Amino acid sequence: MSPAEAIIAAVLVPLAGAVLIAISGRWPNLRETVTLVTAVILFAVVLSLVPAVAAGARPTAVLIQTLPGVPLAFEVEPLGMLFALIASGLWIVTSVYSIGYMRGNDEHNQTRFYVCFAIALSSTMGVALAGNLLTLFVFYEALTLSTYPLVTHHGDEESMKAGRTYLGILISTSIGLLLVAILWTWVIAGTLDFRSGGILSGRTDGLMTAALLALYAYGIGKAALMPLHRWLPAAMVAPTPVSALLHAVAVVKAGVFCVVKVVVYVFGIEFLSLTGASEWLMYVAAATLLIASLVAMTKDNLKARLAYSTVSQLSYVVLGAALATSWGVIGAGMHIAMHALGKITLFFCAGAIYTALHKTEISDMDGIGRQMPVTLTAFLIGALSVIGLPPMGGVWSKWYLILGAVEAHQLVFVAALMISSLLNIAYLLPLVARAFFLPPRVPIAQAAGAAAATSREPDRGIREAPILCLVPLCVTALGCIALFFYADRIYALLAQIAAP
Amino acid sequence: MLAAHFPALQVVLPLLMAPVCVLLRGARLAWLAALAVSWVAFAIAGLLLAEVLIGGPLSYAVGGWAPPWGIEIRLDAVNAFVALIVAAIGAIVMLYAPKSVEREIGNDRAYLFYTAYLLCLAGLLGVTITGDAFNLFVFLEISSLSSYILISLGRDRRALYAAYQYLILGTIGATLYLIGVGLLYQATGTLNLADLAQRLPALEDVRGVRVAFAFLTVGLSLKLALFPLHLWLPNAYTYAPSVVTAFLAATATKVAVYALLRFLFTVFGAEFSFTVLPMGPPLAVLAVLAMFTASIVAIFQENVKRMLAYSSIAQIGYMVLGISLVTVEGLTASILHVFNHALMKGALFLAMGCVFYRISSVHIDDFAGLAKRMPWTAAAFVGGGLSLIGVPLTAGFISKWYLVLAALERNMWPVAALIVISSLLAVIYVWRVVEQAYFRPPPADRDVREEAPLSLLIPTWILVAANVYFGVDAGLTTSAAGQAAQTLLGSAP
Repeated sequence: MSPAEAIIAAVLVPLAGAVLIAISGRWPNLRETVTLVTAVILFAVVLSLVPAVAAGARPTAVLIQTLPGVPLAFEVEPLGMLFALIASGLWIVTSVYSIGYMRGNDEHNQTRFYVCFAIALSSTMGVALAGNLLTLFVFYEALTLSTYPLVTHHGDEESMKAGRTYLGILISTSIGLLLVAILWTWVIAGTLDFRSGGILSGRTDGLMTAALLALYAYGIGKAALMPLHRWLPAAMVAPTPVSALLHAVAVVKAGVFCVVKVVVYVFGIEFLSLTGASEWLMYVAAATLLIASLVAMTKDNLKARLAYSTVSQLSYVVLGAALATSWGVIGAGMHIAMHALGKITLFFCAGAIYTALHKTEISDMDGIGRQMPVTLTAFLIGALSVIGLPPMGGVWSKWYLILGAVEAHQLVFVAALMISSLLNIAYLLPLVARAFFLPPRVPIAQAAGAAAATSREPDRGIREAPILCLVPLCVTALGCIALFFYADRIYALLAQIAAP
Repeated sequence: MLAAHFPALQVVLPLLMAPVCVLLRGARLAWLAALAVSWVAFAIAGLLLAEVLIGGPLSYAVGGWAPPWGIEIRLDAVNAFVALIVAAIGAIVMLYAPKSVEREIGNDRAYLFYTAYLLCLAGLLGVTITGDAFNLFVFLEISSLSSYILISLGRDRRALYAAYQYLILGTIGATLYLIGVGLLYQATGTLNLADLAQRLPALEDVRGVRVAFAFLTVGLSLKLALFPLHLWLPNAYTYAPSVVTAFLAATATKVAVYALLRFLFTVFGAEFSFTVLPMGPPLAVLAVLAMFTASIVAIFQENVKRMLAYSSIAQIGYMVLGISLVTVEGLTASILHVFNHALMKGALFLAMGCVFYRISSVHIDDFAGLAKRMPWTAAAFVGGGLSLIGVPLTAGFISKWYLVLAALERNMWPVAALIVISSLLAVIYVWRVVEQAYFRPPPADRDVREEAPLSLLIPTWILVAANVYFGVDAGLTTSAAGQAAQTLLGSAP
């Protein structure tokens, strides 16, 4: 398969998968097989692009000529390569997990769920491999719309409200700001292609650049910069596999990926650092990452806490991009990968706890480590990676982000990153401590009942989630550790974009 | 040999077939006749557009009387494109008609519907292709009178009132237009549009010409329902039978927009309309007001058809806004939106017809659980709605893209911002319906699957598919609209 065919295939394979899933909806086992096979094929297709990109090639492909002068076209560069690789790789793991979770919780409308999931992946591939801003925008919107039915999966009043927030913020920012930013870029630069070094360099002055950057930064609502982050906690009403892959990896990472991509290929790092137009964005990102960490500490619902943690971590990436230094951009790109594995592990664990014990609140989780030792160990590994401690992959991205802040002579952000790491410890580790060290808390009524009855033995036994839930979270936890040792590969890939 | 008479046949065929329909009487026969004529007109319109885009403007002397004395049919990139839109929508609506007409009008009166429809089609096509100002009035009246009949065919008693209201206001509009034409004739001594365009520049300062300009603009604005002259539209669209609403919403106002374009740019010329008499700012202000007021009113409607009617008024605002920019990009956006809006509103109103066919109501409360009861209809509504919002890969996105671009190129920042903000209002009113259809449970006694018949669904989905097709591959529409815009601004009549 030639690179151009591989690019088109990366977008079309999940779409074809969606059609097949819809057709095979009546036979759940066949349907799940289709999902898994599609995921594996997609990963293989994406993988086949890696050698060429790592060697410095930039494969391109044109899907269709949409508007005169602006086709729907793709161009693979290192950042998108990395994002596509992570999203497609984690899709396999998530598919396995989804099967365990959806069946374990006896969810309704499972066919619709898998169909939308596949379409969302196709859109993610489109975002990752987009060769110009129009293509990026098209798939960005497709991603919003295809994930809406997933967010509102339960179909009750609460999910309808959450869906309203989700769609309201994402659609209004993208049409209201991002589209205007893209059109403005077109008027100024006369092109929408991504080029290394940027297309705006020298065509705008400082203030205009800052305004345009603001349109992009807030127009890409998926990056969840405060105060436009509300949709992400709202999206947590979705079933956990959705939160895991989409709202820890694909959707949110698509957001920050777009920000980094725009900074690198539309503005150009040198142009931004020269004009200082991104300085305000550094402060906004730093404020978001600190405030979101603080909010996360107040949340008792595990998924809500993880959601705010994601808001905070996304701003690391935005901060890295806004620093407009080569270390910063490398750190930002790396953080997309590192945080993806760490956070998906945490969500998998949250879902496993819900499936096995039906607990959602952290205060209820005392002592569950004895019932679910594997899950909680994986949670610990994921948490350490998100915090950024060795030997987990997360340490490297923070390392480069801090280097980037130093390189930009912005020491205040070094401090912000350090403080945030401490806050991460404060909101992620207590759960692990509770689960392993505190005695199980037994509701009073149940305790009385238990005393009257025979024994409390059932509470003490191992009650892990179904094996299909358990294996994926072990895989991603191990992935966090593996990334610590293989970070040089990612570095080598990303170093290409930093060195013009 | 026959091909040479295509321009005339396009109008003459439906005009001749209309009385035949009365004689046929039977609902089925009348339908077959109307269907055949609609598709022939569609084919002719397609051939003519191709011919014009390749070979340049076409002139046809009706009855062999050479212009400017005889009536001229003159086709260029602008009106050949509009004629294609009208004929295409007519052809698709006719596929849809039989079941819906049977349900909403009744087979005993169906032949009257087909007769009026054919007259209306002839009138609209006539307005579009004629090159004569008075002849344009005649066709305008043919289309208007027949559309009063079409609206009053609705079973709801309020349809009569709606038709009456439209009759009064439509006649006022037509009268103003006629006065304008009379004044122009007095000043120039000709009624041929091309001739008028040649003679008017010398008469810029004549008071009669300026007054004529005012009469024509206001008269046509009434016909195209430019805010605040839109009062006839909501009732007419709400109470007319579904087929009629779909047909009129997708064609009648569009043809009036075309006529306005023709007078502003070809007859009077952009120089006169926008520099000597600065029409740009007032049109822009009215357009923006239309976009906002009508969208906000739409949000509060309980009747979904009425909601879509208000949305149409807002969308007409976009078209007029594009005109008021007086640039090739702005006009391209306007003409594109004429086409794209016909597709989206056509699809949406046909979906309304499907809903009414089964549920006998288009009240938003009765949409509860629609996604369960009529999944394909509900999905078609979502498709049309997304296009209305302007989501990428739908036709609506292409219009929005060009319109915002046109505003930005003229450095009109606030206008660009207003366009995107008002399009976000569409999200609100579309999503109200979507939430009702997908999240509310159906009433307990109607919790069954009762999809509309295929003869209704297929035409609806043809239009939904067209929305997607022309959103993905906009090459054809953008080049046609671009060429039309250049024709209008290039001062070549």
